[in-house]
Amino acid sequence: MKEFDYRKAPDVSGAVALLDADPDARYLAGGTNLVDLMKSGVERPARLVDVRQLPLDRIESTPDGGLRIGATVTNSDLAAHPGIRGRYPVLTQAVLAGASGQLRNMATVGGNLLQRTRCAYFTDTTKPCNKRDPGSGCPALGGEHHNHAILGASESCVAVHPSDMAVALAALDAVVHYETADGRGELPLDQLYPPVAGTPDRETALPAGALITGVSLPPLPVAARSRYRKVRERASYAFAIGSVAAALDIRDGIVRDARLAFGAVASRPWRARTAEQALIGAPATAETYAAAAEAELEAARPLPHNGYKVPLMRNLTVAVLSELDEEAAR
Amino acid sequence: MGLSTSSVITLHVNGEKHTLPVDHRTTLLDALRERLDLTGTKKGCDQGQCGACTVLVDGRRTVACLQFAVAAEGREITTIEGMATGGRLHPVQQAFLDLDGYQCGYCTPGQICSAIGMLAEHAAGWPSAASEDVRPAAGPAPLTPEEIRERMSGNLCRCSAYPSIVEAVARAADADDASSAADTSAQSGEAAA
Amino acid sequence: MTTTAQKTAVRAVGTAHVRVEGRDKVTGAARYAGDVPFTGLGYGWLVLSTVARGRIRDIASAPVLEMPGVLAVLDHRGAPRLNTDYAGLMGIRPDPTCAVFQNDTVPHLGWPVALVVAETPEQAREAAEALVVDYEVLPHDIEFHGDHPDSYPADGHMPGVTDKGDLEAELAASAAVVDEEYTTPEEHHHPMEPHAATARWEDGRLEVVDSNQGATWVVGELANLFSLDPASVRVRSEHVGGGFGSKGVRAHQVAAVMAATILDRPVRVALTRPQMFALAGHRSPTVQRVRLGADADGRLRALDHRSVSRTGTIYEFVESSAGVARTMYDADAHHTENRVVRLDVPSPTFMRAPGEAPGSFALETALDELAEKCGIDPIELRLRNEPDKGPVSGLPFAGRNLRACFEEGAGRFGWGRRDPRPRVRRDGRWLLGTGTAAASFQAGAAPSTAAITAEADGRFTVRISAADIGTGARTALTLVAADALDAAPDQVTVRIGDSDFGPAMIAGGSMGTRSWSLAITAAATTLREHLVPGTVIPAEGITVRSDTTAQIAALTNMERHSYGAQFAEVAVDPATGEVRVRRMLGVFAAGRIVNPLTARGQFTGGMIWGISMALHEEAVRDPAFGGPVGADLANYHVATHADVPRVEADWVDDTDPDDPVGIKGIGEVGIVGAAAAVANAVWHATGVRQRHLPIRPDRVLTAAGDDA
Repeated sequence: MKEFDYRKAPDVSGAVALLDADPDARYLAGGTNLVDLMKSGVERPARLVDVRQLPLDRIESTPDGGLRIGATVTNSDLAAHPGIRGRYPVLTQAVLAGASGQLRNMATVGGNLLQRTRCAYFTDTTKPCNKRDPGSGCPALGGEHHNHAILGASESCVAVHPSDMAVALAALDAVVHYETADGRGELPLDQLYPPVAGTPDRETALPAGALITGVSLPPLPVAARSRYRKVRERASYAFAIGSVAAALDIRDGIVRDARLAFGAVASRPWRARTAEQALIGAPATAETYAAAAEAELEAARPLPHNGYKVPLMRNLTVAVLSELDEEAAR
Repeated sequence: MGLSTSSVITLHVNGEKHTLPVDHRTTLLDALRERLDLTGTKKGCDQGQCGACTVLVDGRRTVACLQFAVAAEGREITTIEGMATGGRLHPVQQAFLDLDGYQCGYCTPGQICSAIGMLAEHAAGWPSAASEDVRPAAGPAPLTPEEIRERMSGNLCRCSAYPSIVEAVARAADADDASSAADTSAQSGEAAA
Repeated sequence: MTTTAQKTAVRAVGTAHVRVEGRDKVTGAARYAGDVPFTGLGYGWLVLSTVARGRIRDIASAPVLEMPGVLAVLDHRGAPRLNTDYAGLMGIRPDPTCAVFQNDTVPHLGWPVALVVAETPEQAREAAEALVVDYEVLPHDIEFHGDHPDSYPADGHMPGVTDKGDLEAELAASAAVVDEEYTTPEEHHHPMEPHAATARWEDGRLEVVDSNQGATWVVGELANLFSLDPASVRVRSEHVGGGFGSKGVRAHQVAAVMAATILDRPVRVALTRPQMFALAGHRSPTVQRVRLGADADGRLRALDHRSVSRTGTIYEFVESSAGVARTMYDADAHHTENRVVRLDVPSPTFMRAPGEAPGSFALETALDELAEKCGIDPIELRLRNEPDKGPVSGLPFAGRNLRACFEEGAGRFGWGRRDPRPRVRRDGRWLLGTGTAAASFQAGAAPSTAAITAEADGRFTVRISAADIGTGARTALTLVAADALDAAPDQVTVRIGDSDFGPAMIAGGSMGTRSWSLAITAAATTLREHLVPGTVIPAEGITVRSDTTAQIAALTNMERHSYGAQFAEVAVDPATGEVRVRRMLGVFAAGRIVNPLTARGQFTGGMIWGISMALHEEAVRDPAFGGPVGADLANYHVATHADVPRVEADWVDDTDPDDPVGIKGIGEVGIVGAAAAVANAVWHATGVRQRHLPIRPDRVLTAAGDDA
């Protein structure tokens, strides 16, 4: 780790100004990913701008009846917030499925969205990686990739996005708010992460130097009945090998509304819009759920060692939707 | 703008203030261990993947290896050395001792700090991934062994003393409940008097 | 003081005692190797090779030496020369991995090529990262498989091959035959405390504060390597944060001694967690073929267990997985064979129950398959095959209480109510199943010395170069000494972890507590002879020493083992492939249990290692690069709290009146058979055999697909 300058950001505009002037600077919030990447040499910033103490740590109601979550709200506070738990339980469940109690107390909402892939080739600077070092190659394609992407990947990169929280946010139509030296902007979460294509190093659609200031959730009645399930290789404290965030509104045996997103299958949280379309208006049955999942997974292009993710995601989708269905019936 | 790679900072640890110059690269973990001789906080992985360096920061459990000391300035840091009061062990420490909630002892300070932080989180009504229903209307999740296991999963113990750690945490939680119940009855007793 | 006749105290052995160092451990006061402060400490950081095979062309140390705080860069061009031509403890030659910086050859990825020493850890890390090493890259081969043409039979710590009877004839005559291949992956010890050592020269003596499983062992190795008089080397390791076989002499101690010698100041070298994947040793992957042939009643006619493991090119270590059956099961035709193949990987080493852990997974799963084929209860099958003497050695057993373990365990676990049919129990999304397996581990002893001082104040001080790596040895030895001295435990102070206390067995092979107890008991006996009533104890106390070399040599050669019966209940979600262990019970016959409080943890800790082995642990090497992919604890999963349900261990009476202490080892038998019990339970839940560890969700999903 090379030496670096450290500044506490005085306010949002001050933070943005500090970063705008310095391409080798990085924002530091919870540090749970950045500090680790600095130790492994993936990140070598010359300056850290600490944004942790900025007044972005509140969860507030929005005029449209939704919620706005400040960027420095910790994962723990987000998960424990009564409004989130009551109206968007899928989000609380997703956050609680990630990392550990200690890490959730440190990690922030903004940082969680911007965390980097845990692909072991990406985090090892002695290996080629198109994401870390464009043009160097992707050893995962012919190497160890049993937990890599089956959807939306390219020949240049098959890494998956590690966030659980972002999967729930994708399902909830969240909007990301940011600020740059040029002013404020926003992006639907679904557009925060561009397709991989040939530029896996371009991980977000945020303008250079942007500081995420918050995430807003629309009022979303369907989210009242929502859930997140994560499959991983130990029972806790591990990244997903597949996860599903789902919300379901069933009336009179018909799916009236649905939200569905997959985790650990793509370079971004995978909003399953094809499946949603197949669900809405169809009878609320296991057959419908399976057909919807299969429709979404038609686009899957598994690698030699991650083909299991196709049945896993299909089964997991059916299971989670069926659980929501049962919950509605109770 | 000029770059400065070190700072003089004041760390508040276990109720004491320590002013020291630090290289910005110094983690809170290394500052505690190498600069303040508080070696109870252990370095198990230095990557946030084992929990051995768990300390409380402003009352919340965190891992000290993924924080820079310079960024911890002004926060209240409590390490394992600050858990006993006047030679009297914290109930969690006592339960680990009595129930053999460890073997080699290396993960133990982290387990104990994590348990103390976790019990406060549970007392505050936070749900966990083991909670059946996270909605507020469902009420707080009782601290079952499953809840303890999920909430403590950020602390690896390679000796695998997990069963006795969970017993120890449960015993300390019961003692805590009993003492807060006693406090409550004492207060109501006073009110009645 | 003057001694008086003492009343026989209440016996301490067999009663529960909290750890004597427990308060230090729960308050953070216990100092491990990397915790001991030194004035003027230099921080060493190892630089490891980034190629899997090759030669070092150049190391650009000059620019690094100019970096802030850098004190030295050590590499093969200037490091002290080492002597590696010797046989160390138990005749084992040194693994050249510890003999760092002797030449320009790189035999595997992660080979230590340099040590950077700096004033602060931050400076040392940055300098190590900045050090440019130029390699001539040579082709490497790490691809391990069971039919590798270069594999050869190898002895390791036991003979490579045993053979009796006509295997093919007995298999042909068998009513039921199992012939399957089982695999276990590369596994790593990962004690929570990474290896760390601080070395310094003090008044002509080399002092090393270290984390190891035997201080005099490390002294012997360092004295040999550096051609020093062993008396001029002192190694201390008061608290050790786990070892599991990985903490002998390794690159970090040797590098620290080199740097302390050159710089003439204390130097600490700690391994990082990722470095441990290359430098701490590991358990080799295994490919095992088991063939069992039996009569319709389950009696074994043929037993064939062949295992292939992998070792490095510079050192031969054999994971003797095929050794399990040599003491567990007899058959008319009995063949066991351990082979290894040398590849461009780091040296494997002893890891908790070396041989037995992977070997018992294969053999005990195969027995479950045989029970299924014969339609016999798996416990009954094992009991029908109980041998009356060592199947290979022909020696009598010094107690073989496996039957008692199974009977006690079956009752407590509720085995009698078990429906043998697979895939017939459900709890919501989970399929449920139960499984069992047998366990055994040898109970040996090795020569040790101990000193006991009767202090003038009436207390006793025991000095022995034992190591407490979490086993509770310090406390157990306090109880053993108390009884042997007819004193209360709080009158006895046991000091360990210091090579100046004299040679002693290491904490390894489940032999530590037994070996040390023999030495302490012998010293106590002598001391009590000195302390006839009326003896005046001088201010310096009365000290006696023992050496059990002759006593150990005189022990009768028998089949002496600990035994156990493992039981597991699992839940499997066939939709996702998730496997959860719901409960586990182990009942053991393991000699005299010294301290029930800490012994329970030794057993359950081993059993949980079995859960972890069955479901989680696997280091995957990428053939293109030669190293593990994701060398950290986020990728190498060990069981955490949420993976570990109610795990209970208990024991049956297992006295050995012929033995002076009656102690057998308990550190390793707990893992033996545990993974097989879990895997057998997974079969009972799902109807699909899992012969390849770990039983990850993808494997369950894929196997279910194959099955359908």
